[in-house]
Amino acid sequence: MAQGSAEVLRLNAITKRFGALIANDAVSLSLRGGEVVALLGENGAGKTTLMNILFGQYTADSGDVEVFGQTLPAGNSRAALDAGVGMVHQHFALADNLSVTENITLGVQPLLSMRLDREGARKRITALSGKFRLAVSPDARVGDLSVGERQRVEILKALYRDVRILILDEPTAVLTPQEADALFDTLRQAIANGLSIIFISHKLHEVMAIADRVVVLRHGKVVGGVDVADTDHRALSAMMMGQEAQAPKVAPSRPGATLFELGDVTTPDTGTAPGLKSVSLQLRAGQIIGLAGVSGNGQAALADVVGGLRSPAQGQISLGGAVLDQWSPRIAVQGGIARIPEDRHKTGTIADFDLTENAILERYKTAPFSHRGWLDWRRARDFAKGIITKYDVRCPGPDTTIRLLSGGNMQKLILGRVLEADPQIILANQPVRGLDIGAVNYVHGQLLAARDAGAAVLLISEDLDEIMALSDVIHVIAGGRLSPGFARGSMTPADLGVWMAGKGAGQGFDADAA
Amino acid sequence: MRLEPIQHPGLTRRLGPPVLALGMTVVLAGFLAMIAGANPFSVLGLILKGAFGSQFALLETLNRATPLIFTGLAAAVAFRARFWNIGAEAQLYAGALLTVLLGTGLLPWPSFALLPVLAISAILAGAFLLLIPALLKTRFGVDEVVTTLLFNFIFLLFISMLLEGPLKDPMGMGWPKSARVLPEARLPRVAEGLRLHWGFILAILSAVAVWVVQTRTTLGYEMRAVGLNREAAAFAGISVNRVLILTALLSGGLAALAGFSEVAGLKGSLTLDLSPGFGYTGIIVAMLALLNPLGVIAAALFVAGVFVGADSMSRAADVPTYLADILLATALLAMVLAILLTRFRVVRD
Repeated sequence: MAQGSAEVLRLNAITKRFGALIANDAVSLSLRGGEVVALLGENGAGKTTLMNILFGQYTADSGDVEVFGQTLPAGNSRAALDAGVGMVHQHFALADNLSVTENITLGVQPLLSMRLDREGARKRITALSGKFRLAVSPDARVGDLSVGERQRVEILKALYRDVRILILDEPTAVLTPQEADALFDTLRQAIANGLSIIFISHKLHEVMAIADRVVVLRHGKVVGGVDVADTDHRALSAMMMGQEAQAPKVAPSRPGATLFELGDVTTPDTGTAPGLKSVSLQLRAGQIIGLAGVSGNGQAALADVVGGLRSPAQGQISLGGAVLDQWSPRIAVQGGIARIPEDRHKTGTIADFDLTENAILERYKTAPFSHRGWLDWRRARDFAKGIITKYDVRCPGPDTTIRLLSGGNMQKLILGRVLEADPQIILANQPVRGLDIGAVNYVHGQLLAARDAGAAVLLISEDLDEIMALSDVIHVIAGGRLSPGFARGSMTPADLGVWMAGKGAGQGFDADAA
Repeated sequence: MRLEPIQHPGLTRRLGPPVLALGMTVVLAGFLAMIAGANPFSVLGLILKGAFGSQFALLETLNRATPLIFTGLAAAVAFRARFWNIGAEAQLYAGALLTVLLGTGLLPWPSFALLPVLAISAILAGAFLLLIPALLKTRFGVDEVVTTLLFNFIFLLFISMLLEGPLKDPMGMGWPKSARVLPEARLPRVAEGLRLHWGFILAILSAVAVWVVQTRTTLGYEMRAVGLNREAAAFAGISVNRVLILTALLSGGLAALAGFSEVAGLKGSLTLDLSPGFGYTGIIVAMLALLNPLGVIAAALFVAGVFVGADSMSRAADVPTYLADILLATALLAMVLAILLTRFRVVRD
């Protein structure tokens, strides 16, 4: 820790309002040289707004930002970058068709310079990647890199610009446990080289592992700042939620009949994303199957096949014991499959539709929401109102445009939409990504309740903790191939990490489900 | 300076900018009238008077608005589903062609039987014409902006060929003009002695029907969903291609009704100057109406009023009628800016 060092970054009483909503309420934060501060908080707690103000995307209503003692001009998006603050976003901003070196030098090279000093740039990148233990080849095409490697490129991009302060937004969300450890190693190197780091996360054990100090944000306010040495898991989680978090207690499952089955399903690759390679999978009543894996290893293809968006090129799908010869989203919905999509903004909801219109999105064509092509808006509205009450969707009412809702409330509406149909099979694809702990526990509780009521659940997540906490059986997907099923408690995260890296312990990836 | 999104625009912010846009348009038009050497106030007064100032002027405006309501609806319906039909001009002529083909004596029926058949044939012709680009788009991903636009030229040349050949009126003194339709194929006047035909009423009813479809039916819901977010619509189980094709059929049919109404209600025969670009002006009408089918009626009246008013103003004040084109262009640009300002606020760095 660097208790005595000078402050390098200071946010002074930042306040930002959006209409009636106070996104940041007099938020103050300081970062000292050589320190790692974790910014912990729910989605909707104001972390993103705060960072957007730091980088000049928004102008604060009051308060200011100081970097190395200099107050930054408000609303200037270059100022923070020029002052030496770099940010690694959750979603990378890299050009797939360019090399690592080209991506890193993009934007630093003068626009009109006649020749590129490519050799100099390469040397510097090689030196940086050695110094910070960021193994990546400067000549590789970014499109060919894994997600972990791409993140390293993003970090190198910041380091190449000589940043002194590095901000990482949920950096481990896309990494295997092994890759996350390597990232922490890199961050320690960065600290040793005099950088300061703000680490945005909602994973408590990571925060405990890497941070010196934790600042907790809740409902736009700083609710606490403690040294990691003086706190523990429980206290932090209590601070973040306003009460002690209750991790769901999971009773042993009593699996019943097979409700849904993929038999030797193969789908073609799409772009860089692998398709499925002879995947066989059984979803049984009263059981949660967890699908672990590093992002982009065939999860999307599997979710599309189960959700009805893609038909297998080879192999078959059985629903309730009957082999299907036609497959579409509507058949899936009518067959009792509840689909919670990975991206609630792009696929789960229509942003400019109101809550009522979004609530009936999957079932507008059937009674009671329509009769012979005529919509019954009164019924639809009542349905939406019911979901709002039962699933605690915080909103002004069913006529609100859904884009105005926070991610958690949007997810609750989707959850209500699919669970109200009493589904037999639930496909939950990243159901809690970006949600606050309160909402996470709520969603998990609903999934467990559905399981106990006899539903078959397929949980797809890149968060291994989530998979391990909820799943009765875990499969790992890597390169579109499915590992055998592992019973609850039979594998450690490190064991699963080996499978996630595509190297099953001596066994073929084609092995059938347990 | 940059734009910051507004989360909850208030009523003043939603109504203010469009009113401001109209004001801006009027001021600019007055300025241009001044450059042309006329008194801006009298020019604007003359436009208003020429468009709405007398029964004759008003009926002229309503007649001019009729085809614009149809083509405006065609654009509004298609654009709502993000299907860019730029080919309303061709679909209009397709409707007119069918009206002339069947209405000049082929079907010697009384009005009450003949007129519906003519209207429906026109709708089918327009729908068919737009079906081709729609299929090219859904099957092969061919950009409909290009195909519908080019269809306008192909189809107008085709009409020109017909008017110089098989459809040429033998009594037409050599002009490229079709024979006149039967008296039974003419749309009657709304009231005796009033120079306004039933096409206008049909246009209003069509707008109401489109509004009902869009807000009350599953098809309208699907069209809006497909227009706003194709990925989410497909995920929810809406067949995006099917919706695009139905949208195209509806849009093409509406545009074709403009051709039917112009021939059966006003002109009586088909010539190459049947439409002074109604198909293209319909796009402006739809945009000014923010794609709202009921708004299309108001926007069409505004646009028709500007054209009719500018014609009469030009005769009286010796200012070129091109002022009308500039007025419309300014109104459109100002409206686009106004829409932007209802959703974003300008922040100074």
